[in-house]
Amino acid sequence: MEESIRQVISDAANLKIDIATLSDDDDLFEAGMTSHASVNVMLSLENEYDIEFPESMLTRAVFRTIGSLRAAVSELYGEAAA
Amino acid sequence: MTIPAEDTTFLEELVAAGLLVPTGVSGVMGRSGTFEHVLLGFDALVDRSTAADGAEVVRFPPIIPTAQLERSGYLASFPHLAGSVFSFSGSEAEAIDLATRVAGGADWSDLQTQTDVMVTPAACYPVYPWVAAAGALPPGGRLVDISGACFRHEPSTDPARMQSFRMHELVRLAARDEVLDWHAGWIDRGGELLASVGLATEIVPASDPFFGRVGRMLASSQREQNLKLERVFPIAAEKPTPIMSLNYHQDHFGLDFEIRTSDGEVAHSACLAFGLERVTLALFREHGLDTETWPDGVRGLLGL
Repeated sequence: MEESIRQVISDAANLKIDIATLSDDDDLFEAGMTSHASVNVMLSLENEYDIEFPESMLTRAVFRTIGSLRAAVSELYGEAAA
Repeated sequence: MTIPAEDTTFLEELVAAGLLVPTGVSGVMGRSGTFEHVLLGFDALVDRSTAADGAEVVRFPPIIPTAQLERSGYLASFPHLAGSVFSFSGSEAEAIDLATRVAGGADWSDLQTQTDVMVTPAACYPVYPWVAAAGALPPGGRLVDISGACFRHEPSTDPARMQSFRMHELVRLAARDEVLDWHAGWIDRGGELLASVGLATEIVPASDPFFGRVGRMLASSQREQNLKLERVFPIAAEKPTPIMSLNYHQDHFGLDFEIRTSDGEVAHSACLAFGLERVTLALFREHGLDTETWPDGVRGLLGL
């Protein structure tokens, strides 16, 4: 999951820069991801990992960094797999 | 679609006083001459109080080319509110079939085909393609005054939530900092304008009624960035009703319609909107249903 989550975000987020140059803590919105693109990220991650983000996670804070998205997906993926 | 239950007392009073005329469809109301006089009085007050701003005035009909609304992203965000115009373009036999079905109370919707226009959902939508067509913005950007009828498919018994209503807007298109300055200036200025006719409003952060789960994500994002502010006044619903909104679009429309500043950057935009029926209803709520008894100062400002 480690690398593929970056690929999913990269494909959906329409970033202005190469995702490889971003750390897990860099701000995706500052890297050019719009609100509408963050919705694409949400839908792509749900599709890729067969998960559904609960309403409490549909915030900018969750979608701001690769790290926070990875934590959210891990939590939901763990629940789905359990 | 479920129709939210509201306190219908005020609506019944407005109808009994002849100010609003029910049509049999929720949220589709006729307005009396007195109602219209007040509404146009406030509309003119907005014109007078912004005259020195030098806005370019433009008016569009209450329908918009489908292609323009598609380009704005409206259908991705608000598919449930959008109204598309359909008409008949079939054969003579189909026309007879249609008339027979109408007369017999049967469904005739499959004999309709989509036209290339939709019903305008907010007065400012036609402004962006119009501005874009003129090329890059001049130094200092542009300020546009637009007013017109708008449609939202949201049947309701709240008299302040009509399906068809008018909106008077100012739209600022410029570089980011210029747009933000203009936007910030209207937070108090809008409140002062409404207070001048006796409407004490509160300014609150708000979000648009985006559709579905995707919409909740967009709404949360809009609130967190403080992109939408509303001035609210208690009219008839449980919560105070927005009668003015102030929206900072960032570079959303600049990107969608390829609008550039004089420096070649993607333009930012913001709009200020007064809901004219809502302001009028707020005035009747505040000052009573008989305009003869309204305070002289308010009557004077509204030209009553």
